[in-house]
Amino acid sequence: MPSLLDRLKQGIQKTRTGLVTKVEDVLLGKKEIDADLLEELEYTLIGADVGVRTANDILESIRQRVERHLVNDPAELRQLIREHLLGVLEACERPLAVAKDPPTVIMMVGVNGSGKTTTTGKLAARFKADGKSVLLCAADTFRAAAIEQLEVWGQRTSTDTIRQAQGADPSAVIFDALQSSRARKVDVLLVDTAGRLHTKSNLMSELEKMRRTAARVVPGAPHEVWLVLDATTGQNGLEQARKFTESAGVTGLILTKLDGTAKGGIVVAISRELNLPIRYIGVGEQADDLLPFEPDKFISSLFET
Amino acid sequence: MFDSLSDKLQRVFKNLRGEGKLTAENMDAALKEIRVALLEADVHFKVAKAFMEGVRAKAMGQEVLTSFSPAQQVVKIVKDELITLLGTHAARLRTANQPPTVMMIVGLQGSGKTTSTAKLARHLSKSGHRPMMVSVDVYRPAARHQLSVLAKDLSLPVHEGTPEEKTPLELARGARRDAEQTGRDLVLVDTAGRLHIDEQLMTELQELKANLNPTEILFVADAMTGQDAVKSAEEFHKRLGITGVILTKMDGDARGGAALSIRHITGQPLKFIGTGEKADALEAFHPDRVASRILGMGDVLSFIEKVEQAVDQKQAEVMQRKMLEDEFTLEDFRDQLKQLRKLGSLESLLGMMPQIGPLKELKSAKVDEKELTRVVAIIDSMTPKERDNHMLINGSRRRRIARGSGTSVQDVNNLLKQYGQARKMMKSMSGGLLGKKMGKMKLPFPNPFGG
Repeated sequence: MPSLLDRLKQGIQKTRTGLVTKVEDVLLGKKEIDADLLEELEYTLIGADVGVRTANDILESIRQRVERHLVNDPAELRQLIREHLLGVLEACERPLAVAKDPPTVIMMVGVNGSGKTTTTGKLAARFKADGKSVLLCAADTFRAAAIEQLEVWGQRTSTDTIRQAQGADPSAVIFDALQSSRARKVDVLLVDTAGRLHTKSNLMSELEKMRRTAARVVPGAPHEVWLVLDATTGQNGLEQARKFTESAGVTGLILTKLDGTAKGGIVVAISRELNLPIRYIGVGEQADDLLPFEPDKFISSLFET
Repeated sequence: MFDSLSDKLQRVFKNLRGEGKLTAENMDAALKEIRVALLEADVHFKVAKAFMEGVRAKAMGQEVLTSFSPAQQVVKIVKDELITLLGTHAARLRTANQPPTVMMIVGLQGSGKTTSTAKLARHLSKSGHRPMMVSVDVYRPAARHQLSVLAKDLSLPVHEGTPEEKTPLELARGARRDAEQTGRDLVLVDTAGRLHIDEQLMTELQELKANLNPTEILFVADAMTGQDAVKSAEEFHKRLGITGVILTKMDGDARGGAALSIRHITGQPLKFIGTGEKADALEAFHPDRVASRILGMGDVLSFIEKVEQAVDQKQAEVMQRKMLEDEFTLEDFRDQLKQLRKLGSLESLLGMMPQIGPLKELKSAKVDEKELTRVVAIIDSMTPKERDNHMLINGSRRRRIARGSGTSVQDVNNLLKQYGQARKMMKSMSGGLLGKKMGKMKLPFPNPFGG
């Protein structure tokens, strides 16, 4: 298996015009810092889906330093932006919550089509590679063939899937899965839930019920709740994060589809507001196309040409 | 979620009253806010820039119509321009001269292609077609099974494929043969989700197109897409020549600025929007609704237009002067209430109001339609002199008015109290923002149901 950094670079290879690289482009050929440069920087950040408010906040802090002549060189600006982004993302880092008595229950939530099932499958592969025993829970009982899709991932990764029929109560499936996990003494239970728009209050309360059910069987469960966020998502991502955090108690993010041209800059806004760590990034459809999100390496590899 | 545009514009236009013409200077702040609104709605920044330049050029030097405040006028220009850009009429689906017609559904992973394919099949079968579906997604686990399940629910046929049909093209060809043999006039080809930069898979789509000769290649885009919408749509269009767009997940609260980006970059019409997970949650695309949504301003303009239609222009001007000069009599009050009735039910009107500044409280206002009738009856029972000068109305006059209108003295007292409050309010408003603003909007009522 290629080294982590290699794979990360590979994933980002396609995003050659990545966020920070573009910032570099902007700075290239500029001798001084002026309003035009700042505007270009603003557009670069907005173009990466960081959002107009967040972009302006970042630039405002820089603008002040420029005005006080603390920064003279456009190259220094690059470093400043880099440090700022790093600061925001690193401030959210925290160790994974692990259950004292296994299983550690990790629940995947998110809007439709963000990549929850695929991510669940990849996570199974990753935990297995780390020597953990894993069980999958097909709690997406709504979408046609979602259960089958997860089962295929189960076969690929030699992991058992706890399932019921389509249309079953997802809380009942979780209950079953937790019982099985305890009986089998597995380390990690990965729960795939149905995609739902955060505006549908009945579906959001379904998530609350699932959490309550889990906590009844295994105290403290779910130990982690990960919001799976498509990197192409724009400003709505922030509202998604807010609402899912409210109902499902999100503890971390997984940013998927980063192998495209989308930058996923909305996570900066989400991190700033909700202080959620980004756990993994998805960079392809294969089982090993899931990489830990490491702010430093992530931003560094963006800077490398 | 965001401050509504109306909120912001109200702030901006605090300093912009009584301007005769739109100029670069007096529009600048408003345009800046509109730019932010577009960016927050995920319109691509270059598209937003181009759009704003168009609006600026169009608005420059325009007379501010008496019926609008400059704020409303700018918003109206912006909205009209947005609607024009989004496409002014609902686009139809083309069918082939020689059936079966083939339509391809393409897009990124997770945009909603399979669900949209099923919805489209249902829509087409409702309008008299006999569609057959086929999934050529040989990559995602259980993708083909997903379409089969959806089709079964709709009692519509799916070409399941034979063991020999392994590639997407073989499957699609098989489906077309199947359709010909079973008398189906339409084949909907649900393709695998793919990244626009995936050379191999994009070539696969080009091959499908070359061999299937589809009349429609519909690009399915997620309404929540951010700035990247431009890149993916551009590449799909460049490779395939898409013929239309289906914007999905519009039942969420994303503002859907991607619609404008995609339309701008491809020039192809937005044909449908997806508004739910059920098979019937597919609607024709309405540019005006999406334009309002992108701007985040509710139906403020349709409200303004409705008021415009219902209110007699001259009468409104007189009323405005009276309001400002504190000559607002009970008779005027009654006329206002009568005009208000012409607009339709108050509940529906309130629903159309933007939730802006001082009007925010209106949302929670409970309106008793009968109350209005009673108020009009009370005023009708007054003598002209009394209507002209409410100070005349003493105890015995109150009793007479109550008897005449079939109400109680208490009701009369209440009305007089409300009227007094309304006058007071107008007096205080006449110097402030709302007075002018309301005057410009020609809102025909002060606050008849206040108190």
